[in-house]
Amino acid sequence: MDETSKIIKTVSSVMFPFVTIYGLYVILHGHLTPGGGFQGGAIVASGCALLVVAFGSDAIAKRVKESQLSLLESIGALGFISLAFVGIATTFFYNSLAGTKFLFGRIPPYGSNPGYLSSGGLLPLMNLAVGTKVIAGLFAIVLILAIATRKKGGRSK
Amino acid sequence: MRSRDAVALIALVLLGSFMIMSVLPLANMIRPFGEPVNPEMDDYIITHAQNETGANNAVTSVVFDYRGFDTLGEATVLFTAVAGVILILRRYAHG
Repeated sequence: MDETSKIIKTVSSVMFPFVTIYGLYVILHGHLTPGGGFQGGAIVASGCALLVVAFGSDAIAKRVKESQLSLLESIGALGFISLAFVGIATTFFYNSLAGTKFLFGRIPPYGSNPGYLSSGGLLPLMNLAVGTKVIAGLFAIVLILAIATRKKGGRSK
Repeated sequence: MRSRDAVALIALVLLGSFMIMSVLPLANMIRPFGEPVNPEMDDYIITHAQNETGANNAVTSVVFDYRGFDTLGEATVLFTAVAGVILILRRYAHG
C-alpha cells in the first residue's frame, strides 16, 4: 500500500474536525437553515472519506469495524421509525411535540426571522436520527469499498 | 461493431425526434415556473408550515412532517444500498 505524504496526513487531520463540526451544524440546524439529516450526514461522511484517503484503509479499519457502522445505521433507522410512531395517537408521522412548550416545542413568529434552535417539534430529532444513519451508512460504504479495492489491486503493484 | 453503432445512432435519433415531436404540441400549454395548475397545497404549506411544525425551514417541515412517508422510503433506499454493498464486498474485504 502506497504511503501518502506527511503533508496530506497533517492537512487532513487538521481539516477533519472542521468538516465534522460543519456537518453536525447542518444536521442540528436542519429545521432553521437549508440542509438536514441527509446533507449534513453526507458532509460528515466525506470528512471520514478524507481520513480514509489520507491514512489508508488499514489504519482506519483497525479503529472502526463496519459491523459497528451497520449497528449505528440500524439504530438511526429504528430511531427514525420510532420517532414517527410517537404521534401515532393522531396519525403516523404526526408532529406531536410542536407547540407543547416542551423540548423543541417553541413556535416561531410567522414570516422571515432567524428562528429558535429549540423549535420544530420532532423535526430536529428526526434530523439527528437520519443524520446518524447517513453518516454510518456512507462511511460504511466508503470504508468497505476502500478495503475491498486495496485487497484486489494494491498488492499486485 | 461499427454497423451496430450506426443502427443504435439511427434508432436514438429517431426516438429522440419522435419524443420532441410529441412534446411540441404541448409547448404552449406548459406553464412558467412558479405557476402550478393547482396551487392550493403550496399555499397551505407556505402559510401554515411555520405555525404547525414550528420549523423555519419549510422544506424540512415538508420532508419530515407532511411527506414523512417519502423520507421513510428514502431512508430505506439508503439502508438497502449499504446492506447490498456490504453483502457483496465483504468477501473481498476479509477473504
